[in-house]
Amino acid sequence: MSPRYDRVAIAFHWLMAVMITASFAVGLYMVSLTMSPTRIKLYNWHKWAGVTILTLAALRLLWRLRHAPPPLPPTMPQWQTKVANVAHLLLYVLFFAVPLTGWAYSSAAGFPIVWFGWIPLPDFVPKDRELAEFLKPWHWMAAYALAAVVAVHILAVVKHLLMDDDNLMSRMLPNMTGDK
Amino acid sequence: MELVQAPIRKILAATGVLMLLTLPSLASAQQRLVPAQSEIAFVSKQFGVPVSGKFKKFDAEVTFDPKKVEAAKVNFNVDLLSADIGNSETEAELKKPGWFNSLKMPQANFTSNAVRALGGGKFEFSGKLSIKGITQNVVVPMTLTQSAGVTRAVGSFTLKRLDFKIGDGEWNDVSLVANEVVVNIKLALTGVTPL
Repeated sequence: MSPRYDRVAIAFHWLMAVMITASFAVGLYMVSLTMSPTRIKLYNWHKWAGVTILTLAALRLLWRLRHAPPPLPPTMPQWQTKVANVAHLLLYVLFFAVPLTGWAYSSAAGFPIVWFGWIPLPDFVPKDRELAEFLKPWHWMAAYALAAVVAVHILAVVKHLLMDDDNLMSRMLPNMTGDK
Repeated sequence: MELVQAPIRKILAATGVLMLLTLPSLASAQQRLVPAQSEIAFVSKQFGVPVSGKFKKFDAEVTFDPKKVEAAKVNFNVDLLSADIGNSETEAELKKPGWFNSLKMPQANFTSNAVRALGGGKFEFSGKLSIKGITQNVVVPMTLTQSAGVTRAVGSFTLKRLDFKIGDGEWNDVSLVANEVVVNIKLALTGVTPL
């Protein structure tokens, strides 16, 4: 059996996978709504989730810097290893870029974030109409870029599962059998 | 000649009397608001998030002598259409009938009916605040300071938006948009006699 990611890395991966997917879906839905109490709630939940994802990303990065991931199978062609590394790097960059652009946009639009309706977060950009208009597409683009890299990531998983038959995905699956 | 001069003398005399009559009222002429140095701002809470804005257009007729507050009179008008939240979407929403209904009723008005001097430059302006055709009694505490001929008045009060049916209907859930709205006032006035 190939070397596995450690349990903490696995927990970070799946927790963030669920949260990012949910936030992306809520984000797409909420912008289609006209102004309503529901829309305001969704925007706030989306922001809370975004700040949570940002926090998880920071913790996950710290963990990863101290716990090297298991090496990729030596059977993989070098170009694929390179693509995988670049894709993982991009994922980490976007884990930060998407929430940070969203946070900045929210502040610029005059809605400071109060995490879980409880912890007021600082505005690192001023309330500014033009700045808000400038930042809005960057949040969108970053989110779509993240979705695109996640799509590549999933296609690679499918490729390894169906074409390479190297059971690479098991490295990131929770160990259900209880084996060490 | 004399026939001509007599009416002129009469006119001059009459003008003199008129001037004398108007002088006292000129001396107690209304104080002037300097809108460019004044600010009417507000903060409401949306899901715990402070959302602030200000009104860009407002004006007031002020008769105010710190030594004769019983004769003071403030008539303040705010153009609700001039609300600046920093966000066009929210501003468009604010104009709707459920909120300010400002396309139909663009004016908010405060008319004082009693002013109390509390000492130390502090004054309490009681009066009627009308928004959306609904009138409520409010008390606005203000602190005055003077320098270089300009009197600055700073104060704030809290109003309950639902008292004025602001955010009526689907928006009346105060856990989403708080009922309390803090109004922060900074005024610059000229022509006020020393405190």
